[in-house]
Amino acid sequence: MNILEFTLFVFVGSLAAGFLGALTGLGGGVVLVPLLTLFFKVDIRYAIGASLVSVIATSSGAAAAYVKEGFSNIRIGMFLEIATTLGALLGAFLATKTPTSAIGIVFGLVLLYSAYLSKGSQPDLAREDSPDKLATRLRMNGVYPSLTGPRHYNVHGVPQGFGLMFGAGTLSGLLGIGSGAVKVLAMDQAMRIPFKVSTTTSNFMIGVTAAASAGVYLNRGYIDPGLAMPVMLGVLAGSVLGTRVLSRTKTSVLRWVFSGVIVVLGIEMLFKGITGKL
Amino acid sequence: MTTTTSWTDEKTEYIIGNLLRAGVTLSAIVVLAGGILYLVRYGHSPADYRVFRGEPTDLRHVSGIVRDAAALHSRGIIQLGLLLLIATPIARVAFAVFAFAAEGDRMYVAFSLIVLAILMFSLIGSA
Repeated sequence: MNILEFTLFVFVGSLAAGFLGALTGLGGGVVLVPLLTLFFKVDIRYAIGASLVSVIATSSGAAAAYVKEGFSNIRIGMFLEIATTLGALLGAFLATKTPTSAIGIVFGLVLLYSAYLSKGSQPDLAREDSPDKLATRLRMNGVYPSLTGPRHYNVHGVPQGFGLMFGAGTLSGLLGIGSGAVKVLAMDQAMRIPFKVSTTTSNFMIGVTAAASAGVYLNRGYIDPGLAMPVMLGVLAGSVLGTRVLSRTKTSVLRWVFSGVIVVLGIEMLFKGITGKL
Repeated sequence: MTTTTSWTDEKTEYIIGNLLRAGVTLSAIVVLAGGILYLVRYGHSPADYRVFRGEPTDLRHVSGIVRDAAALHSRGIIQLGLLLLIATPIARVAFAVFAFAAEGDRMYVAFSLIVLAILMFSLIGSA
């Protein structure tokens, strides 16, 4: 395959990943690395570098649209970014020391876990509770728009959320993914932040987290311009398209299909990792 | 989250949204321009990413990338676009430092500065 054909195929694959990722809300980054390593036979380190770059692009692109809706909370985001960026640094350094087969195994497990998480989306329960001392001191409690007017919410479990965010950052740095699923889990479950606020704030944080590990990847020579170019442009175009059609499509069937794809890729990554073929 | 100053979180979020959009758009244009040049020059060479070799040193650091791009090397131009992309979230954290300072919120100025320091270390100090 010459560079022209390779670039074209990778662009189309990334376009599809970005499109489905945005449409299903599962993110395109998680399927990019398996796509590049399993189908295009790209070394996993180049694949992770390219994926990381595309994660920054989609997160920043989408965040621009989200912030205007008024759901995201920049204080919660900024505080937790201390944890995710530290984790991302650790993950990026780990990536340079970990054998590629081990990275493949971790990747496979994370894929299976994200598919498992995606099967249920939590309903937004009205949570009437007393404010948490630490969260109040950190000025995290906020207001978000709802059908019945602005609704106030209290934040809890700051230390647990901070710890989980450190883990999410480490995974992001090690695997070149946004790890939005773990971020939402930390905010929605541990900190009991309303689901819509969790998802938009998480998306907001993904770009900063990915930038923290991207610097290390760049300095280590993991980011190849020839590969990152079609991946970044493809995923970005795909996610912009996906967000455009999102409001007019029923996504439940698509979510199932995409989850199925993630499971298959997860098993394949696990198998390749265990047999040392990565 | 009540503030007595004229600067509000809503204003911050609005500016950040536009900042992010501008950064992504600019970097995509630069990457696309470099990419077209790259394909015109090297499109018919064989593609091989099976073996990891790592990038040459001039494509790993800010100064080398800027020099390469200025010399109109196609891979250098793409890398400059990617660098702009990495700089976009960093710019948004830097802006948050300013915005929290304008709101008079010292605690969050400190938090933003910590995040900014980590990001700068990653980009410049981790070489």
